[in-house]
Order: sequence, then structure tokens, then C-alpha cells
Amino acid sequence: MERPELIVQEPIVQAPAAPEPQRRDFFQVGTASGRVERAERRVSVAVEDVSAWYGSKLAVAGVSFEVLAHSVTALIGPSGCGKSTVLRCINRMHEINVGARVEGTVRLEGADVYGPNVDATRVRQRVGMVFQKPNPFPTMSIAENVAAGLRFMKIGTKSEERDRVEEALRAAALWDEVKDDLNKSGMALSGGQQQRLCIARTIAVEPEVVLMDEPCSALDPVATLKIEDLMAELAQRYTIVIVTHNLQQAARVADYTGFILLEQSDSAGHLIEYSPTSDLFTHPRDKRTEDFITGRFG
Amino acid sequence: MARKGTPVGVEAQRARIERTPLTGGANLGNLVFAGLMSVAAAVVGLLIFGLFWELTSRSLPSIQASGFGFLWGTTWDPPKGIFGAGTFIVGTLITAVAALVAASVVGVLVALFLVEVAPPAIARPISYVVELLAAIPSVVYGLWGVYVLGVFIRDHLGPWIDGSLGAFIPFFDGEPRITGIFSACIVLSIMILPTVMAVSRDVIAAVPGSQREGVLALGATRWEMIRTSVLPYARSGVMGAAILGLARAVGETLAVTLVIGNRVGIPHTIFDPAYTMASVIANQFTEVENEMHRSALLEVALVLLVMTFLINVVARLLVWRVTNGQRVTVQE
Amino acid sequence: MTPDNAAASVDRFTAADPLYRRRKAIDRAMTAVMFAAAGATVVPLALILFYLFRNGLGAINLDLFLLDPSAPGRGGGGVRSALVGSAIMVGLGTAIGTPVAIGCGVFLAEFGRNRAGTVLRFLVDVLAGIPSITVGLFVYGLIVLPARQFTAFAGAVALAIILIPILARITEEMMLLVPRSLREAAYALGAPHWMTVLRIVLPTAMPGIMTGLMLALARIAGEAAPLMFTALGNQFLSTDLFHAMDALPLRIFYFATGPYENWHQQAWAMSLVLVLFILGVSLLARTIVGSKVTVRQ
Repeated sequence: MERPELIVQEPIVQAPAAPEPQRRDFFQVGTASGRVERAERRVSVAVEDVSAWYGSKLAVAGVSFEVLAHSVTALIGPSGCGKSTVLRCINRMHEINVGARVEGTVRLEGADVYGPNVDATRVRQRVGMVFQKPNPFPTMSIAENVAAGLRFMKIGTKSEERDRVEEALRAAALWDEVKDDLNKSGMALSGGQQQRLCIARTIAVEPEVVLMDEPCSALDPVATLKIEDLMAELAQRYTIVIVTHNLQQAARVADYTGFILLEQSDSAGHLIEYSPTSDLFTHPRDKRTEDFITGRFG
Repeated sequence: MARKGTPVGVEAQRARIERTPLTGGANLGNLVFAGLMSVAAAVVGLLIFGLFWELTSRSLPSIQASGFGFLWGTTWDPPKGIFGAGTFIVGTLITAVAALVAASVVGVLVALFLVEVAPPAIARPISYVVELLAAIPSVVYGLWGVYVLGVFIRDHLGPWIDGSLGAFIPFFDGEPRITGIFSACIVLSIMILPTVMAVSRDVIAAVPGSQREGVLALGATRWEMIRTSVLPYARSGVMGAAILGLARAVGETLAVTLVIGNRVGIPHTIFDPAYTMASVIANQFTEVENEMHRSALLEVALVLLVMTFLINVVARLLVWRVTNGQRVTVQE
Repeated sequence: MTPDNAAASVDRFTAADPLYRRRKAIDRAMTAVMFAAAGATVVPLALILFYLFRNGLGAINLDLFLLDPSAPGRGGGGVRSALVGSAIMVGLGTAIGTPVAIGCGVFLAEFGRNRAGTVLRFLVDVLAGIPSITVGLFVYGLIVLPARQFTAFAGAVALAIILIPILARITEEMMLLVPRSLREAAYALGAPHWMTVLRIVLPTAMPGIMTGLMLALARIAGEAAPLMFTALGNQFLSTDLFHAMDALPLRIFYFATGPYENWHQQAWAMSLVLVLFILGVSLLARTIVGSKVTVRQ
């Protein structure tokens, strides 16, 4: 069993272009960035020149960026630009579509997740995912839902499992609401609660990275706020990559933000710009980024 | 929020990274799973193959003895060893086609009614009734066909047909009895009605709403819409439904055995007794007179199998074309 | 447009226009015909049920369930051997057929998105339409002849072959109805394919599959043709899987073709019991998942 090499280096983020005096702050940018300075500056996920196809249709072309451990990274862009596809390439969920194909390299702590002999299920054990619509398992109770991943991997005894379930539910800020109903069906919860249940289910197996694919798009504003608060908490323990169509959300929660856009030339998604969130929203380097965040299209 | 057993932050991540290396052996579970499911699938495939193989090999003696004449010979004389299945094939085709015509007309009308006309409050109970008709066992239809329907035909319906239609159409001019092809046709048409109706209903329901709206927007009445847009669109599927019903009628055994009268010979009137392929097997197979008789009956089964197989292939292809391989209906 | 023209054009949409009236009349007539056809389907069911109760109810008594068939020409007796035999063979047939059918359905749903799957799906549909009497003869050649013995086991195998295509296709359809998001959730937790299917997809599809199983069971409970040359029938009580065994539909057939009045009565009584059982199971199955069983777009 080879120990993956820990790569400690600065992320590839170009120095922001010289500030132009007349540019105003489009959004109030969160202060989350400070967290990354404090923690070890380690690249957790490195996406290197990744392209993805559905059948013969190119969906994402040559995307590269690096995600720092314990940071929140947001991918934004107009709908249909391929940002979810990029996300699904990280934990090899893209390939479960019939005819789907990925080229390029995704490194998780330096090890290529598309390398030879790599088992996709092991990648997904280390890179969890929360989906757009809450999807608790309907045949399972709340507790069983949270424990599902543990049972898949056959981790722990019954009592350890109970501890992990409670822990995960607390971490997902759901424990107080469901602690008396652990044996009820997960489907009985509200949408926001279901989504937090799905987050608890994901973190119960202690992944390194949590991918979130528009986790709040099916939720009301109050539930959205709860999950945004949760993300800041979770980033202390996990590395988070979130896809969102909500610019304010990216500005509020993310340390780094990438902007993906469908290019006319090959009608595939390209990463236009990737910077610390404050830079991207206040001093976008690319005209198209500026157009997008000022609402001129998308 | 540090809790027991869970280190927080950087150390925790290092621990997690070491816990799960990305590479590992191929997933044995997936292989076993795919293997087991493939075996089950192969068993089903082999069943079809085995059916043909078994019946062909067991009927070889008869095939060699009778040749193709088996298909049109009308003499069936087990003691003398002369076997021609012609009369059974004719009996099968007459009853099945007559039943099909009756069941198709009613079945398609009911299907149109359920999809295009009836509100759910009426459509649901009628669907139920038709599904219950499908659930009644063949042998119960046979029992009812002999002791209720057959008696009614002999005493009331038969004499009336004989007296009216029989006066100028020879085929209707016969002596009504309890069992005969007329009883068989009626029982069969009731039995295949659910198949025709259910498949037609699903096919008609699969006609896109835009087809209907286009014609309605031109000011068509509902019937004009059905005639000019729904039926043409669903035509091949409805034909498929009818042919599926035909396959059922051809293979139907016990009900027919009980009501058709079981006599070797070409029927001359609708009240004559006859044999179908399935009923001759059911009636004679447990009392075969010699090995050749057994082999000949197995050849009859082979002919029946090939016939229903071909009918089914045609029907399924027609239905699939309309519904794009969607499951059409659960109960056959 | 002159006022006269306007009046004429309005006429076209009112009952005053003869063409319109004729079209409307045809529409009404055809609606009435469709309605009548739908109503006509109720008649045979009502007649069958009516006569089942009229002729069968009187012969239902304790003896029917507790005694074996009497010798020909002697009154009395019951159909215990047939009831027991049906229960054994339907049970065994279901036990043999269900794993194969579910396996085949899972194969179609999980590995069947290709040419091999399409061919197999087609064969399964065709197998469902093959006459049950040929299935009986197939098993006769496969098991009865080599063993030189009519056996309940052979009967159960024949029933299983009838059950397999029905249940296999229901299993496939029910699995395809399971939302993709659940499958993705399991994958995202690191579950391998087989675990995703066994722990998430199959349990979620289970109510539908159970319904299909009950419908298939109701179907084989009424089958006599596949049993005639495999289990043969037996007027004595037998629980030996390797001997001839009786079954309810078989016994109905033998009694219906016999010359004795008490046999006919018992045939009606057995039919009533059988039909009530089958209708009960079918209705129960339908109430579990309602209309989910018929899959439409």
C-alpha cells in the first residue's frame, strides 16, 4: 500500500491584475478567505486539463484548477455551461452516464483518480457528493440513511455506528430536529432537512472532499441560509467544492471562485477565470466574467 | 466541537488520506453480481432454445415418417399410424381468427372509450373488469362454456341462428349442440378481449397529444379526431395488439378442449365439433396408442410453437414500434 | 362582409347547419357505440361470477376441503388432494422461478442497454406469449421422460417457466422506475455497483416487484395445461415431490369432463374457490401499489 505523497505548494492563482480605480465592489465578499491563510496551504484536489464528453459531444474542454484543503471553492456560470460536469469528474460520477468519457488528470492528494488500477468506488469514498435535489433513500429511516455509507463500507460496530450517526447529524445541524425521530423515514422531513440529512449521510463516512452540486437550488431562502452557514463549519474539517448558479451564494461562502462559460467555438464549457473570490467579484480580469457577474447575460 | 474518535482539521484529513488508498483489487462483488445476473439471463435465453430443441428432437420420428404432408393431411388415424394435422390447423385458424375479429372490434372500441372518452371515475372500474376477465383461469372458462354458454347455445341462440341466418347461408345451417366451434369462438373471444384491449389502450395512450390537438384545432369532432389522427397513428400498434390476441387464441388449451367437441374432421357448419392443435394434444397425449402417436402429437406441439412464436415476433415488433420498447402491459 | 354573409357564416357553427348536425350526430353515435362496447365487457364477467356462485356455493362444505376425491360413480368426497397439490406446486414453482426471473429482470435493467439486452428482452416477451401446453410438453420431454415418472417437481418447473417471463419484465420495469438520483446517491457514497443494486435499487422497487410476483402467482395458480403431462393429477393425497400430484385446475378439468353430477358440482365449487383466490390475490396486489404496475409514459 503506497502512501500518497502530500503536495504542499501554493495554489495556481495568478496575482490579480492591477486594480482599476473606477471598479466598484459588485458584491459584499465574505471574510472566509482568512481561514485558508491559517491552515496548511495544501492542494487537496488538482484538476489538470480535464475534458469530458457525453457520447461524441464535448461538454467540458481543458479545465484546470487547484483546490486548497479546507477551503470552499465555488464554480459559477450560466446554466448548461458544464459546471456540474466538472464537479462530477472530480469523484468519477461523470462516467456512470452511458457513453460518458473523461480525459485529463484529477489529482487527489497527488494521486491520479483516473490512474491505472484506481477503483472509482474508493475515490468516491474519499470525495463525497451532495446533489441538487435532496435524495434520501426512501426505504431507510433517518438513522439508516446516515449510516448507509458506513454500512456499504462495513465500517464500525453497531455502537460506533450510532456515535457516527449522531456526530454526523450534529455536524449537519440536524441532530436537535430529528433526535427523537431517528427511526422515521427520511422522506418525512422537509426539503431543507432532507438536504441536511444528505449532507450528514455524506460526511458520516468522513470524506476529505465534499462536492456540492447546487445544493440549495431546490430549497427556500431560510433553508438555504442554514446550509450556507453549515458550509463554513464544514470547511474546518473538509474541503468543499460547490457548484452554484447563485452568484451571491458564491460570494458569501467561497474562498475561491471559478467561472465557467460555454464557448461558441466548440460549444463546450471552458474555465474562463479562477481567482480568490474577492478578486473575481471585485476585479474580474476577463470581460466575460465581468459581464456575467454584472448580470449582462446568463 | 471535537468529539471522541474524531480528530479535527488537518490531522483528521491526514488520517483519512492514509485510510483509503485509491488503488485496490478489481471489485470482486461486481464480478460475482454480473456473473449471477448473466446466468439468470442465460437461463431464460436457453429456455426458448430448449423449447424448440426438445420438441423438435422428440418429434423427429414423426417428421421423418410424415414429412411435409403432416401439415395438410386430413387423416388422423393413430392405430394405423397415419398422421395428418391439417384438420387441427384448420380448426385452430377458424376459431382463432373468428375470435380475433370479434375481440378486436370490441377491444379497440373499449380502448378508445377508456383513453379518449371516459372520465377516470368510469375508466378505472372498466379497466378493472377487463383485468379480472384476464385473471380467470382457462379451465373455469371451459366449465362455464360447457354448462352455461353451451346449453344456452343449444337451446336458444343456436336454433335462432339456424332458423334465421341458416335459412340462406349454409355455414350457419347446422344442428346446434353444446360443444362445437361456435361455442369455442365465443369463449375464445371473451378470453382474448383483455389482451387486445389492454395493449390497444396502452398504444392509444402513447399517441402524442399534439396529434390530437392538431386535428381538434381544425374544428374536428371527437370521433373525427379519433378516425383521422389517433387510429392512423396507433394503427400498427393496434394491429400488434390484435395479433398478440391471435397468439393467445391459437395457444389456448383447456377452455377450448372443453367446449370444441373434439372430433377429427373439417367442420362444415359453425355448430360442428372440431379439434384445435392445443385441444388434440390435451385430449390424446395422456392416452397415446403407440410411440408414433406420441411423436406426432409432439410434432403438433412443435407446429403450434413455431406458429405462436412467429405471430408473437410480428406482434411485438409492431407494438414496440409505437411504444418504443416500453412495457406495454403486465398481464397477458 | 355584408350582414347576410355574416349570418351565414355564423350558421356554420350552430345546430342550424345540416353538415354540422350530421357530423355531430356521427360523433354521438360513435360515442354511444364505444360506451356500449365498454358496458358489454361487464356482461361476461358478471355471468361467469353469477354462475360460479349459483352452482358452486351449494357444494362448498367442510368435506370438500377435508376429503380426497371419491371413486368414480360414488357420491361425496372432496378435493383435499388438489388443494394441497396446488399449494405445493405453486409454491415450489414460485420458489424456483422467482430467483431466475428477478435475476433476469436485474440483468435487463442493469446490463441490458445494448444489443444483447434488446434481444433478451424480446425473447422474454415472446416466451410470455408461448402456449402453456407446449411448456408442459417441453418439461415432459426434459424431466418426465428421462425420469420415467410423472412428478410434482416437473409440474413445479413447468409453472416456473410460465412465471419467469412475466416476473422478469415487471422486475425490469420496476427497477427502471427507481429515480436515478437514488442510484447516484449510493454511488457518491462509494458503494460499488452490486451494492447499489442490492441495497438501494431493489429495495426501492420491491413493492412493485411484489405486486408482479402476486399477479404471476395468481396466473400460475389457474394453469392446468402445463400440469397435465408433468404432475398428471392424483386422486389420492400426495406430498411426495417425486410422484404424481393433483392440482385444483387439473381436478376441475377431470371432473368437468366426467359424467357424474357430484363431480360437476364439485368442479363448480373448486372453480369458485380458485377464482375467489385469484381475484383476491390480484386485487390485493393492485392495492399495494395501485396503478404503478402498468407503466406508461
